[in-house]
Amino acid sequence: MSDGVAHTRTDASALAGASGSVADFVALLKPRVMSLVVFTGVAGLMTAPGQLHPVLAAIAILCIAVGAGAAGAINMWYDRDIDALMSRTRDRPIPAGRMDPDEALSFGIVLSIASVTVMALAVNFAAAALLALSIAFYVFVYTMWLKRSTPQNIVIGGAAGAFPPMIGWAAVTGDVSLASLAMFAIIFLWTPPHFWALSLFRSGEYARAGVPMLPVVAGVRETKRQIVFYSLALLPVSLVPWWLGVASIFYAIGAGVLGLVFVSGAVAVWRDSGETAAKRLFGYSIVYLFLIFALLMFDRAGLS
Amino acid sequence: MADDSTKRRRAKNLAIGLTVAGLCLLFYIITIVKMTGAR
Repeated sequence: MSDGVAHTRTDASALAGASGSVADFVALLKPRVMSLVVFTGVAGLMTAPGQLHPVLAAIAILCIAVGAGAAGAINMWYDRDIDALMSRTRDRPIPAGRMDPDEALSFGIVLSIASVTVMALAVNFAAAALLALSIAFYVFVYTMWLKRSTPQNIVIGGAAGAFPPMIGWAAVTGDVSLASLAMFAIIFLWTPPHFWALSLFRSGEYARAGVPMLPVVAGVRETKRQIVFYSLALLPVSLVPWWLGVASIFYAIGAGVLGLVFVSGAVAVWRDSGETAAKRLFGYSIVYLFLIFALLMFDRAGLS
Repeated sequence: MADDSTKRRRAKNLAIGLTVAGLCLLFYIITIVKMTGAR
C-alpha cells in the first residue's frame, strides 16, 4: 500500500526558498490538536496524588504543549506530499508553498529537544523520558511507518496521543501507575472511533492520497463495525479510574452516561447509510474526551 | 514584494528574539524555584 503513495516531493516552497511567517510557524504546531493534548496533560497532572510547585506544573504543561507541537511540525514536514492532495491539509504552510520544508524540520527538531531538555531539568526524568517517547512514537512509528502502510495506523499510532496524561501524572509522581495507564487506555481506545468517524466522510481524500485508512482498505461496513467495537470497549475502560479508587462514583456515573451516548452514536453510524451520523459522532467524540477528563479533574478537586 | 519579505523577516527575527529571551527567563525562574527546594 505504501507503494501507492505518491512520495514524489514537489516542494514548490523549497524551489522558491520560501520562508514562513510567524503565523505559519504557529500553524506547524497544530494548535487545535495541541489544545486537546494540553487538556489531557493537565488532567493527568491534577489527578495524580501529591503536589508539584505551580511554576514547575506550568513548565511541565508548556513542555507537553511544545513537544506535541514539535511532533506535529515534523509530521507536516514528512507528510507534505500527501497533505497537498487533501483539501483538509492542502493549505498547510509547506504544501501551500509558504515555507521551506527544511525550515519546518529544523523547527520541529529544535522544539523537540528543547521541550524534553527543559522537562528533564525543571520537572523530572520520568516525565521527560515519556515526552521523548511520545514524540518519537508519533514521528517514527505513526508518521513514518504505520500511516502509509496499514489500516491499523491510527489504532497503534493512537498511543502517541495517549501519552499526555501519563506525562502529566509522571511530572507529579515521577513514575507510571495503573491509574495513569487507565487514562492512557481511555485515549488509546477513543482514538480509532474518533478518526474512523472522520475517515468515513473523508475516505475519498484518503484514497486519493494513498493513505490506507480502514474505509479505503476494508470498506465502510467493516469500519462501522470496528467503530461500534471500540466504542463498546471504551465504556468499561472509562470506568477503571473509579474502580482503582482514583475517582468517585460521581465520575463513574458521568463517564457511564457519556460512554452510553458514545455507543449509541456508534450504533447510529452503523445504521446510517449516509454521512450524517459519522459527522455527528466525530463532533461528539471531541466533546466526550474533554468531558471525561474534565470530570476526572473536577472529581479530584472535590467539586463532585 | 521585497518590502513584504523584509516585514516577514523582521517579524520572524522578533519572534526568535522573544523566544530566546523567554527561554532565558524560563531558566532563571526554574533556577530560583529549584533553589527554594520545590519539587
